[in-house]
Amino acid sequence: MREVDLAVVGAGPAGLTAAIEGAKRGCTTLVFDMNPLPGGQLIKQIHKFFGSREHRAGTRGIKIAAELLHQAESEKVEVMVGVEVYAIHDNILEVARTFAEDSPGSSLKQEATLPSRHLAIAARRIILATGGAENALNFPGWTLPGVMGAGAAQTMSNVWRVLPGERILMVGAGNVGLIVSYQLLQGGAEITAVIEATQKIGGYGVHAAKIRRAGVPILTSHTILRAEGDLRVEKAVIARVDASWQPVPGSEQELGVDTICIAVGLRPNTRLASLAGCNLHCSPRLGGWVPIHNSRMETTIPGTYVAGDLSGVEEASTALEEGRLAGICAASSLGKSAPGDDKEIAAIEERLISLRSGPFCQPRQDAKQELIEIGEVQCRKQ
Amino acid sequence: MRRVVNHPVLGILTAAREVKIYVDGKEVRAREGEPIAAAIAAAGIRVHRYTVKRGEPRGVFCGIGQCTDCVMVVNGVPNVRTCITPVAEGMIVKTQHGAGGKGR
Repeated sequence: MREVDLAVVGAGPAGLTAAIEGAKRGCTTLVFDMNPLPGGQLIKQIHKFFGSREHRAGTRGIKIAAELLHQAESEKVEVMVGVEVYAIHDNILEVARTFAEDSPGSSLKQEATLPSRHLAIAARRIILATGGAENALNFPGWTLPGVMGAGAAQTMSNVWRVLPGERILMVGAGNVGLIVSYQLLQGGAEITAVIEATQKIGGYGVHAAKIRRAGVPILTSHTILRAEGDLRVEKAVIARVDASWQPVPGSEQELGVDTICIAVGLRPNTRLASLAGCNLHCSPRLGGWVPIHNSRMETTIPGTYVAGDLSGVEEASTALEEGRLAGICAASSLGKSAPGDDKEIAAIEERLISLRSGPFCQPRQDAKQELIEIGEVQCRKQ
Repeated sequence: MRRVVNHPVLGILTAAREVKIYVDGKEVRAREGEPIAAAIAAAGIRVHRYTVKRGEPRGVFCGIGQCTDCVMVVNGVPNVRTCITPVAEGMIVKTQHGAGGKGR
């Protein structure tokens, strides 16, 4: 069986930075990703990031992905795409190809195809960076083809360059709903409306202003009642809701749309962590169930770490920092530290606090602190 | 559903090698490297399968391999996630009925 110092599951922002930091410190490092392209959700984020310069503000997600993959390559990180880790036991990862052998997969240099459909890898340290998954919203007709996650529509348009629909209703006016609406406009679709059940727009004003300027109505206190169509979405029925979230009779409107995008938040994708046996904690502010971890990102399974949206749904900028932290800590637990690591860890923690400050993000800082306090008790002492 | 050829940020869609796949017997021209789901969406196909119990139609939902709503029968193998499975020359893709195990 092949053995590595560090196995990372997920080649998104958290997984890649974790792998890069581990490899920099001399760990043999392998990254697995089930998608045909590495980069996680960064490869569909064609917008510029917010925040300060040290958090890559003004840089588009797609550019950050390219930079990380370049760095990973120069640090000799091996990135395998189109492979899925389906079980972890006793520090062994069971891996399977996600698509058929005769499929060409990605043409990236970093691609490493598996010799067979199944493979077992022993890793001294494991970092789980499996990201998040979009929440669904259940209403009559929600399973019709044409109802999809906003992220799915974003992937289709920005990564694969296929417009998922011509006339689109966006459900949810958080940042994802607003940004994806704008990007679908850029792709050439019409956004019939953005609806939001709460009384105010959840996302940043600047994103809302961009789509409003393009003539897209943003209807707050509105919900979707049902989707209708024969074999695919042909229309959506929406209505105003009152203060107790009930549809107001007579306020129904029919919208002729072929696509309905759901942008009602994300949750940590904990399936593999749960299978591996990590203890979970339910934290609504972090998106639901999350693996318990300590300040070094280590879970209740010694030697298994987490980072990014898996450890609480946040932004790509926090995922980049958490990945670095997990990578440094995992390497250091193998005796592979770099000079100045203590300072580096302190600097990362400081940047994380600044990313989680402000009225928008402070609740996440509090939730994260609570999670880490549980972790300090439940996870092994360093 | 159509290709996004001109994009204000991403620019003009670059040329890709053409790969032919066959969906329920119909030829679909795909771009090398793209997943089956993208190729068939560009060809205007929305229904990927019909459910086991009620025979309801399903299409792409998550687009990143997590939900399994978009599975189809690919080269005789049922339950293939078309959103993360790249096209290959001559691939035979079929709408999946139920679990896809019988009568495919």
